[in-house]
This record gives sequence, C-alpha cells and structure tokens, in this order.
Amino acid sequence: MNSWQLWRSVLAKDLRIAARRRSDALNPLMFLLMVVTLFPLGIGPGPDILERIAPGIIWVAALLATLLGLDRLFKDDYNDGSLEQLCLLPEPLAYTLTAKVAAHWLLSGLPLVLLSPLLALLLNLPVDAWWALALSLLLGTPALSALGAIGAALTLQLQRGGSLVSLILLPLFIPLLIFATSAVENAGMGLDVHAQLAILAAISVLTVTLAPLAIAAAVRMSMN
Amino acid sequence: MWRWLHPYAKPEATYRLVDKLLPWFAAFTVVSLAVGMIWGLAYAPADYQQGDSYRIIYIHVPSAIFSMAAYFAMAVMGAIALIWQIKTAEWAIPAIAPVGAAMTVVALLTGAIWGKPMWGTWWVWDARLTSELILLFLYVGVMALYYAFDDVRTGAKAASILAIVGVVNLPIIHYSVEWWNTLHQGATITKFERPSIATSMLWPLLVSLLGFKLLTISLVMMRFKNELLRHELHRPWAQKELSADKELSDGV
Amino acid sequence: MAFESFGEFLQMGGYGFYVWLSFFLSFLVIAGVALDAALGRRRLQRQSQTLQRRKRRLAKRQQSPVKESTR
Repeated sequence: MNSWQLWRSVLAKDLRIAARRRSDALNPLMFLLMVVTLFPLGIGPGPDILERIAPGIIWVAALLATLLGLDRLFKDDYNDGSLEQLCLLPEPLAYTLTAKVAAHWLLSGLPLVLLSPLLALLLNLPVDAWWALALSLLLGTPALSALGAIGAALTLQLQRGGSLVSLILLPLFIPLLIFATSAVENAGMGLDVHAQLAILAAISVLTVTLAPLAIAAAVRMSMN
Repeated sequence: MWRWLHPYAKPEATYRLVDKLLPWFAAFTVVSLAVGMIWGLAYAPADYQQGDSYRIIYIHVPSAIFSMAAYFAMAVMGAIALIWQIKTAEWAIPAIAPVGAAMTVVALLTGAIWGKPMWGTWWVWDARLTSELILLFLYVGVMALYYAFDDVRTGAKAASILAIVGVVNLPIIHYSVEWWNTLHQGATITKFERPSIATSMLWPLLVSLLGFKLLTISLVMMRFKNELLRHELHRPWAQKELSADKELSDGV
Repeated sequence: MAFESFGEFLQMGGYGFYVWLSFFLSFLVIAGVALDAALGRRRLQRQSQTLQRRKRRLAKRQQSPVKESTR
C-alpha cells in the first residue's frame, strides 16, 4: 500500500463511520441552526439589525460548531489503537493525518457551506451577500479543520478536554473571523470582496500546509 | 561550537548560573526602573495634546512590548525542548508564561486607564488593546494546557507545540486586528495618535524599556530557579540549596 | 522638572487619578508575581524538609528490623 492509498483508506474509513453514525455529523449542524435561531429571538426580529450582524453571527456559530465535532476526531482511533498503528507506519504521519483533517472538513466544513444560504435567509442577509458567505465559508473552513485538529491532538490524552480545546483554539480562529465577516459585509454593501477572500485563501493554504506538522507532533506526544 | 552550551542542559549548572546572575539583573532592574519612572513622571515635559496623562506610556508601551517578547521567548524555549529534548528548556515554559501574562495584564490595565481620559470609556476596541487581550488568551491557553496533564513532560511538550503554533499565528492575529480596527473606525471614537514622540520624552521611554526588559528577565529567573528546584527536589544539590535558606530550617 | 511643586506633581495636570492608578495597579501585578516566586521558594523548602524527614524515618525503620534479626 503506498501512501496515497493509505490516505484514501483513512479518509474512506472516517467517512464510512460517519455514515453509520449520522447523528454525530448532524448534531453540530443542528447546533449551528439553533444558535442562529436564538439571535433573532434574543435581539428582536428587526431586519436592519439582523442584516447588520448576520455575518458575525453565522461565522461565530460556525466556529462553535467546528469545535463540537473535534473531540471525536482522533479519540476513537486513539482508544482502539489504530492511531498508534498509523504512527508506526513508514508513511509520513503528517501526511496521513491530513486525511483525517479532510474527513473532518467534509463532515463539518462542507455542510456549513451548503447550509449557508438557509442561514443567510433566516438572518435576512441581502441576496448579493449569499455567495460571499458561501465562498468565505468554503475558503475559511479548511483552516478551521486544520487548526481544530491541532487542538484535538494536543488534548487527546485528557479525559475532559472539551473546554480546554475551545480555550486553545478560539484565539487562533480570530483572523479568519475578521476577514470572513468583512467579506460578507462588503458583499452586502455591493463592495469589492476579492481582497478579503484572497487573504482567507492565503490563511487557509498556509494553515493546511503547516498545521499537519503540529498535528503529527501533537499525536506523537500523546502516544509516548 | 555548541560545546559551551552543553553543560546548561544539566539543571544544577543552570541553577548556579541563574543564581549568580539574578542579583545583578535585579539590581539593574531597580536602578533602571527607578530612573525611567522618575524621569518619565517628573522631568519629561507634558504632552501638548494629552497633557500629563500621556505619562502612562512609560509603563503601557514597555509592558506591551515585553508581553509579546516573552511569548516569543517561550516559543523558542518550546522549540528547543521539542527538538533537542532538553528538560531545562521545558521547565522554562512555566517560568515564562505567568510573567508574560502579568505583563499582558499590566498593558491591558494601563491601556484601559489611559483610555478613560482620552476616549471617555474604560474599554475601547483599539488595535493594540485588542491584540493584547488575544495575547492574554494565548497565554491562558498555554498555561492551562501545561497544567492539564498528570505527566509533567507531556504537559510541557503539549504547551511547547501550542506556543509554537501561537507564535506563527501571532503576527497574523496582530495585523488582522490592526486592519479590522482601521475598518471599524466609528465616528464616536476619535482615535488619538500615540504621540510621535519628542526626544525629551523618548529618552525616559528608552530607559523604562530597558527597565521592563530587565524586570521581565529577573522575574522569569526567579520563577525558573523555583522550577529547577521543584523538578530536582529529590536530588541532594537541591535539598542542600533549600536547607541553606535560614529562616525555615532552624525553626518551624 | 516639569512641575512647580510636589502638589502639582501629584495632580498631574488633572490626570493624577489615572496616572497614579495605572502605576499603582501595575506595581500590584508585578509585585504579585515577585511575591508568588518568593513564596514558591518557601513552599519548596517545606516540601524538601518533609521529603528529608520521611527519608530519615524510612532509614531508621529499616535499621531496627535488621538489628532484631541479628539478635
């Protein structure tokens, strides 16, 4: 088995597990939908206010939803020993683990992108901003998954790592939040959004290339 | 080439070195801080725009700079700990993190207090204050992770990895916050320029910068000595060192 | 000297409260860190003493059965 086949089989395994336990993949999405519903109830349904704060709400909710799925990312593989097997293989661990990051993105990032028109509709976002929201999520969520995997790998040994993971990760998510919400806001006002989207893409590329090194180091550390 | 460094992987040798240097650093800290503060508070001229309130700069700016420098130093120690598996570098992380966090808190407090007479509110989402707040979160994350593990070495490694990830992200966070700040320049906030500073104000600032640098190093050294002793408590040299302190060993 | 009198120095041109509050709080935070380091050393001392006492006790207890067995 060469490393590409290994990569594909790791990805396929994660997807198959998710297909058998659909609620695990669906719960974060339902959570996202509910958080987005809470804001109009808390602030009032005035369309002006909602339109104004919609990008921020959707993105903050997306960050929180990403955190929800993280504790499962490596935990099962860690408990049944298959993660240790991956560490022992001659294939570079950092490369193999990107398959798990990709699986996480397919299960949590991509559904967010697909769900975004519905969220935009609920929060009264102008139609011009819909594609900007979808694009910002499409470009930003890979970085969320990659950074999230670092947090998940660092807290692998801990029984209750959940709150610690959020503590570690949320500060690192801030640049993405800033540029993504600004892109959506600009699109709503009919302004140019290429600059923000380009920066988002740059951050994602940088994160997805560098993060696997940290993920692999963190997984190795958790094995000792 | 690296041979001269090698003995300092040994805790006792490191302890002796730090112990020997600390009094000097502490003395110079006191002198330079006293000179910087008195010069800045009493002798530097008042700012023509902000009056005497600008004197807070003599703690705000140095603490902000060294809060970031301390994070960087912590990440360097983390890298050394991960690459060369040097235990003393691992122990430097819990020595540096609280000091850096304290510097961050000082920068936040002084920034907020400075903001009150200038902006009319205690907290404004100004670029520097916001990045300091995020830096505080990063410090909290590193410390929480370090102490979350039962095994000290695992905790140190986890904290090292996180510190390195944080240091890669720090410039991105810093510039994105700055960019965000120029974007959301509300009409109510009249952003005041940090004074483009005259030499009569600059000199005391440079002295207090030196003072805060030495202060940060001295505090880290104090904590680092404790960390060295804590991890070597079962070794004779540490026991001898501790029983040499008079007050306790005679009485209680 | 930027001030005419000591009273003026304390007033800081009307900003005295802010200037002195920020200096005072900063001093508190930094003194807190220094104090914590000093107290940390005391705690370590106490720990080391307990450790040594336990070691001595263990050594004594190991000696006495040996004596009994030789008798």
